[in-house]
Parts: sequence; structure tokens; C-alpha cells
Amino acid sequence: MILEIIIGVIISGIPLSASLLFASLGEMFSQRSGVFNLGTEGIMMLSAFVGFYVVYIIGSPVLGILAAMTIGGLMGMLMALVSVTFKAQQGISGIGLYMFGWGVSGTLFRVYVGGVTNIDGIGRVAIPVLMDIPIIGKILFNQNPMVYLAYLLVPVAGYVLFRTSWGLKVRAVGTTPQAADTLGVSVERIRYQCVTLGGVMSGLAGAYLSIGQAQMFADNLTAGRGFIAVALVYFGRWKPVGIMWGALLFSMAHALQRSIQVYGIDFPYEIAVATPYVLVILVLALTYKGRSLGPLALGKPYNREFRG
Amino acid sequence: MEKNKADKYRYLTVNIIIVLASLLIALVLGAFLFLIAGANPFEAYGVMLTQPLDGLFGITEMLVRAAPLMLVGLGIAIAFRSGILNIGGEGQIMIGVIFATAVGLSLPEMPKIVLVPVIFLSAFIGGGVWAGIAGWMRAYLNVNEILSTVMLNYIAIQLYLYLLRGPLIDPKEVSYGTGVPQSALLPEAAWLTRFIRGFRLHSGLVIAIVLAVIVFLFLWKTTVGYRMRAVGAEPKAATYSGMNVKRNLVLAMVLSGGFAGMAGAVEVLGVHHRALESISAGYGFSGIVVALFGGLHPLGIIPASAVFGLLIVGSDMMQRAVEVPASIILAIQGLIILAIVSSNIFLRNPKLRDKIFRLLGGGKEAKIEPEGGRA
Repeated sequence: MILEIIIGVIISGIPLSASLLFASLGEMFSQRSGVFNLGTEGIMMLSAFVGFYVVYIIGSPVLGILAAMTIGGLMGMLMALVSVTFKAQQGISGIGLYMFGWGVSGTLFRVYVGGVTNIDGIGRVAIPVLMDIPIIGKILFNQNPMVYLAYLLVPVAGYVLFRTSWGLKVRAVGTTPQAADTLGVSVERIRYQCVTLGGVMSGLAGAYLSIGQAQMFADNLTAGRGFIAVALVYFGRWKPVGIMWGALLFSMAHALQRSIQVYGIDFPYEIAVATPYVLVILVLALTYKGRSLGPLALGKPYNREFRG
Repeated sequence: MEKNKADKYRYLTVNIIIVLASLLIALVLGAFLFLIAGANPFEAYGVMLTQPLDGLFGITEMLVRAAPLMLVGLGIAIAFRSGILNIGGEGQIMIGVIFATAVGLSLPEMPKIVLVPVIFLSAFIGGGVWAGIAGWMRAYLNVNEILSTVMLNYIAIQLYLYLLRGPLIDPKEVSYGTGVPQSALLPEAAWLTRFIRGFRLHSGLVIAIVLAVIVFLFLWKTTVGYRMRAVGAEPKAATYSGMNVKRNLVLAMVLSGGFAGMAGAVEVLGVHHRALESISAGYGFSGIVVALFGGLHPLGIIPASAVFGLLIVGSDMMQRAVEVPASIILAIQGLIILAIVSSNIFLRNPKLRDKIFRLLGGGKEAKIEPEGGRA
């Protein structure tokens, strides 16, 4: 019974981690370049809707994902415009982007769809033979293709950030923008690229939620996952592997909370739903040491001409 | 001294121009949203911005919404001024509603003159403690307060629903078997006075305005308030001059959450007389817009809350007239935030700052101090 629950939690937990992983890896690039993008939640909401809507109308999940990534990228550029070009306070502007994405997705959903409608998105794909391995087969080889993609992006993101010259520039811009600027690296351009990349990844996260995981859209579908993704970047110490462990931890907590309901254990439903959020706060509080490992220029707009 | 005063007015003028320009830009961008949603933006804005002012019902409803917005906005301004961002208004309102309802229901015999202040105080404490958690974690554990307040929002919503479906539910809902998640009606002694028969406008608005003046006096005329603003403006300088930055951060957050909690009390005592499932209606987020629109100044927040009360009531009327969901106002508020924070560049960049100043007839040496919290 206990083993059954644990395996059940792992099987249902892994798919839940993909949206966190996409968004969090994107946010990592944004923060590594020095921009704190709190608008992730709003980007995920709007792109989840756009992806859903394209599948709803045209029926093509691939086009849906591409549309969601495009919208995500555009919203990332909007965030970059506000926080890099206009040098706005990043915490508040992220909340503006959040409200914008929430309002637009909610409005368009009600106008063009109306109620909860299921779509044929992307489901699980079992890998033959490997799938038949007991326990492990079900856990690892019977997943949504987008889940494989999410985990594939972990080493890719690590390679790009730590082994390419662009990644070096990103880290330089996020740590000592003045020095990077002196060496001829355009701080603004790198930050634009990173925040836009973060938006595209959040778009992918949103698309996974509506097209892959839920195969439908509802108002407030993301339920704070965008904010959790931002918290995971802190938890993972701005490193892809750390972020991956964080995403797994939270999705397992989420799955455990769901299985508590499924197995009919007598526990208030609302308190169970709140546990992942409590966990985020606890984790943020317990991992405060070593905060200095973060990008030094995080949250500070760079200005060549004056310091301010 | 004379010159200082002139500069102050010019600074105020610049701020007002920038804020109004931001509103205009957001409304223009919002027009495209109306087009995408398949409505005529002129018609939609026409209804949204004028219909509430056409008649006593619209005006009173606008002011009914202005009261909680003002209280939340004041709280957020206190936090932002002290260098700590409070995004958790929504959760703090709900905790305030819980405290107000629980205290109101457990003191049925108390006279009004005692009961109403006791309820407000308990809602203040509830919201304050809830926000204080985030303040304490920011000050002593270096936890990003934006993330913690957002998480506390989600937790508060679940806690609220749990209490409303369980311990706080109206016994009548259980015995009739209807099970609507709402509390019992509060004793009539707890209800705020309504000014006009048949309209919901209540004395909560007066309470909010009085509190706005008190916040102004507190932040600008007392030592504690001065310290809080100093910590927000220059934390290092404040530390060197012996101020306790950490304690001030916690205090700012507690006060901020306390005001949001009182907004919850206003909604219970003034409007619904009980706790309902969707009582907050997004005031926690709209309060951020109100605070920014009001220049993070209590006396600016008073008119700002009326403006956003108008927009919220207007968007409901617009929904009925042109059939675009009222949730579009959330998107427009998001755009207003983005426009206002972007406009800061005109105040922070010395070149642009001097240019604007010269246009207004000021000297080059004139200084406009950018105000507000940190990113």
C-alpha cells in the first residue's frame, strides 16, 4: 500500500514538474543577466490560453505550442522594454505583467470559448519494450514528449550558460555590468535576449499546461506555478541541476497532496491544496544562507551615464 | 524657502502629468484589447468612464469601492515608502475578513461604539500579523518579500475557503442543506451606517479618508514615520545613523498588512455584513495600482481610489452594455502599472529630468527627487 502510494506519487509527480522546469530554466537566464522577471505567471497564463485556443480552432498541438512560445517571447520583450530600456523597478513591473496576462487570458477565454472545453492535445507516449520494465518503465518511459523535452533542456541550459561564450557574457552582465560594458559586451542586448528567452520558455511552460497536462483551459489555470518557478531559481542557486531538483520536490509535494485526496485520507482539502505554497515559503526561509551566490546585479537596471 | 516651495509644486505637477499620461497610454493600449475582444473601444470606454457618473447609483457604488481600495493603497504605500514591496494585499484582506467576522459573531451583545472599533482593531492585527510573517522573513532571513507575500496569498485563499466551508459557515446553510459557503450575518450593531436610503454607500469611506490623513501625519510629521521613509530611501545611510533597518522593515509590513486587513473589515461591516466566498474582488492587486497612481502619497491615494472605483464600477456596466467581460479591467490595470513604472525614467535620468523641468519653467539647478521604494 505504502509502496503503491509512493510509486503513484512519483508517476503523477514527474509530469507536474515539466511546466515548472520550463519556466524556471527560462527565468534562470533572465536572472543570470540581472533581470528579475516576476511576470512569469502572467506570461504562462496568456500563452497557455493562446496555445489552447490554437489547438481548439486548428487542432494542431505543434502550432499551438509555437503560438504560445511566440506570445511568451513577445511578453518577454515587453518586460525587457520596461525593465531594461525604461529601467523600471522590476518587482512592480512583473506584477503589472502578471495582471495584464491574467486579465487578457481571462477576458479572451470568456469571449471566444465561454466554458471549460477539452481539446486533443499531446498525451503520454509509451516507449515500447522499455515501458515494460517493472516500476521504472512506468515512471520513466511512459511520459508526455514535452516532459522528455523539459528534462533534456536541463543539460542544454547548463551547457549554454557555462560552456559557451554567450553564456559567459550573460553571467558577466548579471554580475558586473560595468566590466562587461567596458569589454564591449552590450548589456542591454544581452538582457533583452535573456528576458525574451525567459518569455519563450514561460510560453512553453504555459503551452505544456494547457496542451499537454490539462488538455483544456480554465481561468487561473497556472495557479501560481509561475511564481513558484521564480522561487525555484533561488532554491536551485541559479543552476539548472539545482532547479531540476527543486521542480521535482515541488511536483512531488503536489502529487502527494493530490493522492491524499484520492486515497480518501481524512484531511481538509483546502489545507492540502495550500501545502505546496507553504513548502515554497519554508524552503525560501531555510535556504537563505549563501544568497550571495546570486547574480550581484540582479534587479538593478544598468545605466552607463549615471549611477541611479 | 520660497524657491523650495515653487520646486515642490513643480515636482507635483510633473508627477501628476506623468501619472495621467500613463493612464492615457494604458487606455489607448487597452483599446486594442477591446478590438481583439470584438468590441468598439469608443463605445466601451464611453460606458465605462461616463455611465457610473450618470446618477446616484453609479456615484455611490464608485465610492463604496473606493473605501477598500484606499485602505489597501495606503498600506501598500507605507510598505513601498519603507523599501519593502507588499504584493500580498489580497491575502491580508481575507485574513482581515476572517478576523472581523469571527470577532463580530462572537460579541453579539456589545454596543456599537465599542464593537466597531474592536472589529477594526482585530482585522488590523490579523492582516498585520499575516503580512508581518513576510516582513520578518525578509528582515531576518533575507527571503524575497514579493515571493513570500504572493505565496501567502494562495495560502490565505485556501485558509479562507476552509473556514468558510467549515467552522465559520452559517448554521442556517447547514440546516437548510444549501451549503452556500458564507458566514452568518453579523449583529446589526456591527454594521456601518449607510448614508442614503437604498444605496450601499457607508461610513467606511469616511473612516478611510480619516486614516489617510493619519497616515500622512504619521509618515511626514513623526519620528517613527521619518525613520521608516529613511530606511526605504537609503537603507545604508539609515543604518549608519543608528536606525534599526530590520525592525523598521517588519513594522512597515505589519502596518501595511493591517491596512489591508481593515479593508476586509470595511467590506464585511459596510457592504455584505457577513463573509462571502469572493469578497475581495481583486482589491489586493488594484490597491497596488491605486498606490502607484496616487504617487505613493496618502493625499494622492484619496483621489486615486475614486478613479479606480470608477473604473471598476464602469467595467461592470461596460460588461452589460458591450458584452466584454469586466476582467478586461485587470489587464488595463496591469498596463497602467507598466506605464507608471516605465515613466520613472523621466524622473531618474538627470537629462530628461532637466528637460521636463525647463519646459515647466524651472531652473537647471532645480532638483526633482525620485521617490518610492526599491525594485
